[in-house]
Amino acid sequence: MSEPKEQTLEVWGNKVETKVLTKGSGPPLVFLHGAMGLTWDPFLEQLSESFTVYAPYLPGTAPGLPDAIKPIDNLWDLVLVYYEIFDKLNLEKPGVVGHSFGGMLAAELAATNPERVAKLVLMNPIGLWLDENPVKNWMTTSQLELGPLIFSDPTGPAAQLMATPPADPEEGIQMALRTTWSLACTGKFVWPIPDKGLKKRLHRISSPTLLLWGEDDGIVPPVYADEFASSIEDTAIQIIPKAGHLPQLEQLEPVVSVTNKFLTS
Amino acid sequence: MKISAFHLMPHRDLPDNFEEEYHSVWVDPPFWDLATPEQVSKYYNWTLDELVHAAKSGFDGICVNEHHQNAYGFMPGPNVMGGALALATRGLDVACVQMGATLPTTNPPIRIAEEYAMLDCISEGRLVAGMPLGTAMDANMAYGITPIEQRERYYEAHDLILKAWESREPFAFNGKYTQLPMVNVWPRPIQNPRPPIWVPGMGSLSTWEFAANNNHCYCFLSYFGHAQGKAVMDSYWQFLEEKEIEQNPYRVGFLQLVAVSETDEQAEKDYAEHVKYFYNKGLHIAPEFTPPGHQDYRSLENNLRRQLKGQANAREGIKNWSYKDYVDKQFVISGGPSSVVEQLENLIDSLHVGNLMVLMQIGSMPHELTMKNIDLFTNDVLPHIQDRWSDKYENNWWPERLRTKQPSSELTAVGGAE
Repeated sequence: MSEPKEQTLEVWGNKVETKVLTKGSGPPLVFLHGAMGLTWDPFLEQLSESFTVYAPYLPGTAPGLPDAIKPIDNLWDLVLVYYEIFDKLNLEKPGVVGHSFGGMLAAELAATNPERVAKLVLMNPIGLWLDENPVKNWMTTSQLELGPLIFSDPTGPAAQLMATPPADPEEGIQMALRTTWSLACTGKFVWPIPDKGLKKRLHRISSPTLLLWGEDDGIVPPVYADEFASSIEDTAIQIIPKAGHLPQLEQLEPVVSVTNKFLTS
Repeated sequence: MKISAFHLMPHRDLPDNFEEEYHSVWVDPPFWDLATPEQVSKYYNWTLDELVHAAKSGFDGICVNEHHQNAYGFMPGPNVMGGALALATRGLDVACVQMGATLPTTNPPIRIAEEYAMLDCISEGRLVAGMPLGTAMDANMAYGITPIEQRERYYEAHDLILKAWESREPFAFNGKYTQLPMVNVWPRPIQNPRPPIWVPGMGSLSTWEFAANNNHCYCFLSYFGHAQGKAVMDSYWQFLEEKEIEQNPYRVGFLQLVAVSETDEQAEKDYAEHVKYFYNKGLHIAPEFTPPGHQDYRSLENNLRRQLKGQANAREGIKNWSYKDYVDKQFVISGGPSSVVEQLENLIDSLHVGNLMVLMQIGSMPHELTMKNIDLFTNDVLPHIQDRWSDKYENNWWPERLRTKQPSSELTAVGGAE
């Protein structure tokens, strides 16, 4: 696969600099990454065969720009920053796919201004809270404990890939730094409980919405799919068997196929 | 030299298998499994008695600090202890060193300006105002502060507190984390314009810069002793030298575990089990309770590089250490009086430190043994080190009315101390 194009954008009165990975042709599709940061993975690669995929780094998480998180104080700022990123990319009303933290952000973008999102795919999104099924605090869970929560098969190839550190020590440091700092930056908008009032705003979403959920998600259990669906008008729920919190890694083909079908229907 | 007795107010009777059976000493140890309120009542009163005894026996200061949901130290309200101690030490030339109320978790932060001013009034001007950033376990886990915002909250709270003390007129405060329509703190501290400020730190560059830029005393609160702490302290002195700041030893503080007995052999008999308890149970802290963002980006990168070089965690491998290992590596300064004096002199010279805090009650150490440690320290150790530096440097980081206190070596010179 060829590398995506990387471009740097300035937004927020030129106080925030971030990067966007772009690849493909076809209708525009924005991908919003989860708490661990952005990686151009086979899922994005396959989507780029049908869409022009734009994958922005949450400000602060792009390589070399750790301080870009500082001028963004809260979720309201962050939502506006993302509209500005859309503007810079000339995206009037793209499809938006958001995973985990990015799912919450995608829902906020679609709820705040429903005119900016054509179709919405929420993959194992956070953003709601049920006392009887609390979202697991991924920021304070040890690596050892995290595996079985994230993966349906903690010994499968996806889990193995994630558990294998890079051979080059310097690359290992850079990877740990990127992941930890991504958790820190995304954590700014959700700590200590990832419920910042999205429940009250979900009814504003007017775009057709697909809730795509790994059946064995130990971070945000699939019971949350019903909770999202109960507040959004036009929703479909697709539970992906044999997948956890990262269905696009564990069940690539079905996830790509369901996503493509929903976005092109 | 100013030497203060530090106390953590620990649980002194954790079960033998604590570190195997329980996940962490901090954040999630189950209270009802491990303690009763009646037992804790006893600990608090012992703690207060021990600190008051230290004050009456010749220490220059007594220190308390703030931790939450923590079995190795649970004074969630250090100023509650401070109030009791200020009254109990009335009339003594002893500083009340609050190390202290945690800035980012106190809302609004002028609560600290108020309580410290109260303590300064009650103690008649004997307060040292510690201003901790707070650990991840306390601030992020127990009190829910967003990790990546913790340091910025700290700076803002610090500025607000100082302005609240120093301003002659009421003012509006428009901060990012605190907005107040009219700040007009009652009371004001006796010390004018404010008490000396001590900033506890763990060696991060950001805290060095902050302490140096504000001319506060920087205190390295390590439990790993002066031999481990030397690298950090040397770097700090070098940092100050580059900034052309005077190398006044009173500009820094250091915490050291100290255990004195009649002889070196007796010290091992008295203290070995308590030292092991302290490190094996007291510091049994789950690493995941330091969430991403608590460390700023630069510190995070430094730490990852140190981990790669295998020098990350001073505690690695200490599970099987003997008492002798802890003493040899100077995690604990322990022994008979003359040996402790010698070790402390080394520490003072090696770190160039003017404000020394010593932990007299270590881990499971019972009340009687703690009192013995305090007695031997104040009788046979303190007089030999108390007048270090005093002829050469002014301690601008000590309550003004206590700066001229007679070193006890002069008071006890006739007849000697040993």
